[in-house]
Amino acid sequence: MTNAPRLFNEVLLEAKNISLFFGGVKALSGVTFDIRKGEIRAIIGPNGAGKTSMLNVINGFYHPQEGTIRYKGEMRRAMRPHRAARQGIARTFQNVALFKGMSTLDNIMTGRLIRMRSNLLFQALYWGPNQREEIKHREFCEQIIDFLEIQAIRKTPVGRLPYGLQKRVELARALAMEPDLLLLDEPMAGMNVEEKEDMCRFVLDVNEQLGTTIALIEHDMGVVMDISDRVVVLDYGRKLADGTPDEVRSDQRVIDAYLGVSH
Amino acid sequence: MFYREAGQFKSTYAKDQAIFPIKQDKLGVLAIFLFALLVVPFFASTYWLNSILVPFLVFAMAAIGLNILTGYCGQVSLGTGGFMACGAFFTFKLTTAFPEINIVLIILMAGFGTALVGIAFGLPSLRIKGFYLAIATLAAQFFLIWMFTQNPWWTNYNPAGVITAPPRALFGDFYITGALATPLNKYLFLLCFVAVMALVAKNLVRSAVGRAWMAVRDMDIAAEIIGIRPMFAKLSAFAISSFYIGIAGALWAFMYTASVEALAFEVTRSFQVLFMIIIGGLGSILGSFLGAAFIVLLPILLSNAPALLGIRMSTDMIAHLEFMIFGALIILFLILEPHGLARLWQLAKEKLRRWPFPY
Ligand SMILES: Nc1ncnc2c1ncn2[C@@H]1O[C@H](COP(=O)(O)OP(=O)(O)O)[C@@H](O)[C@H]1O
Ligand SMILES: [Mg+2]
Repeated sequence: MTNAPRLFNEVLLEAKNISLFFGGVKALSGVTFDIRKGEIRAIIGPNGAGKTSMLNVINGFYHPQEGTIRYKGEMRRAMRPHRAARQGIARTFQNVALFKGMSTLDNIMTGRLIRMRSNLLFQALYWGPNQREEIKHREFCEQIIDFLEIQAIRKTPVGRLPYGLQKRVELARALAMEPDLLLLDEPMAGMNVEEKEDMCRFVLDVNEQLGTTIALIEHDMGVVMDISDRVVVLDYGRKLADGTPDEVRSDQRVIDAYLGVSH
Repeated sequence: MFYREAGQFKSTYAKDQAIFPIKQDKLGVLAIFLFALLVVPFFASTYWLNSILVPFLVFAMAAIGLNILTGYCGQVSLGTGGFMACGAFFTFKLTTAFPEINIVLIILMAGFGTALVGIAFGLPSLRIKGFYLAIATLAAQFFLIWMFTQNPWWTNYNPAGVITAPPRALFGDFYITGALATPLNKYLFLLCFVAVMALVAKNLVRSAVGRAWMAVRDMDIAAEIIGIRPMFAKLSAFAISSFYIGIAGALWAFMYTASVEALAFEVTRSFQVLFMIIIGGLGSILGSFLGAAFIVLLPILLSNAPALLGIRMSTDMIAHLEFMIFGALIILFLILEPHGLARLWQLAKEKLRRWPFPY
């Protein structure tokens, strides 16, 4: 696209010198990059480059052996994923991770759990504050359902949905958390062209209308170059390049890595 | 009357979220309850009350408890018998120590006590799951039964190691335990009590905590990533499940058998309740009732059916047959229909909803 680059100054998350090992395997070595508030940040690289591992470090699922994460100005090395979620980090998975036994609506409602406050007694009676809360959150989830155009499958158990729709429901569940930072792990993988276009539109809408900062892993270079503000390139666990789509596209090392030139 | 969803448009989310969103379901449940409350007492024999309806209600309570833990939260437990024993012995100690406190309050207190025990034995679930957790709960089962048999304090030093239900009234002279309690009293009390507890369970599973349980059951990693604290979800399931199971144990000892030793809550009891929820339906309150009914009725059916059909069969043979049928059914349900009888009922309703036009 030829849009003028958008500018973002406020750093939302900064990963510094992150190194992560699994036994002898070095998934990440000394990776440093930041995510700025309001931007769409792409993470790209060949298979096994460490992209998923990076997201896992960010939301506390993996604890790096070295390096620090500074999120919203707060420094941390290790954090449990549920703490990260409560601080506004939501994500989707490369392989859909929905709650298969529950309906679409219930899956999305689980995204509201961190905001539900009524105590067990009221829940047991389904009365008073609990009922009001259920309705309030249901209304919020219905907005997301409208937004992502999945009204028709509201009551369907997600296990029965086709893959493309499952990915959409997973995005809905993440959005229900009203995150500040949304991590998307290959949201368009395995989709046909139309589904990809829909997903692109949703990602852009979320970013523009809700102001959500998005970090996304994607293999489709066309998509990446189109929608992202800045791109970081990983290869063998190292950062290869970092910059606007145009800068990255013309970087010789990136071209080599993608064309498989030995280095 | 037709079973129809069409035409019942829900204009508010409150109505859509009602406990029985379909009108016929609501009326059906109400009708069954009223029938059980107002009609059954007039023709149920003592045999029916004592040997079928009372154990059915007690088992239903235990099955709801285990279903919360295993069916909804996905944590396998073989400790049900041990937790039932906790409820029974806690109730016995409390009511003999404080005879003036109402027995219902005592039973609820025993339930809370069992919930604490459940939390303690649920701690391993934070580290292990599946098969290994089953073994850990089995250890709880053996430990608890051992504790109640070894320590005569629990039976108030009864030489036979037996606890006997003292006479206790719900109010006035409406006795529900002890020699003065009529089978009808026990039945009526159990019916109302179990109905209320079932409603509470249904409310919990359709609220926030229930969704947290199901999320942990379906994919614990994703549950944590959307902010569910696994510790809270699992331990609350253990606590509430044990609360129900403890109460079921108390009801068993005080209303069903009236006099009981710890061995009545051996591991076979754990398996029995587990079979109920597998056959009735994992993750279904209705299934808990269906499973309990099935397990109570099958032996009776088996011992009467051959005679009715004019076939002579030894009692040994019948007992063996019972085992074989259970075994076969459990394997069948696990492979073909993990959601049990409740799911079959659901499918039948879906068919009915479209009848007479299948498409
Ligand atoms: N849980 C794990 N255990 C062992 N090795 C892992 C684990 N997660 C990732 N890895 C390894 O880390 C490297 C990077 O993987 P990953 O982050 O999934 O790459 P990408 O998402 O870029 O394809 C791979 O070599 C992978 O085998
Ligand atoms: Mg990956």
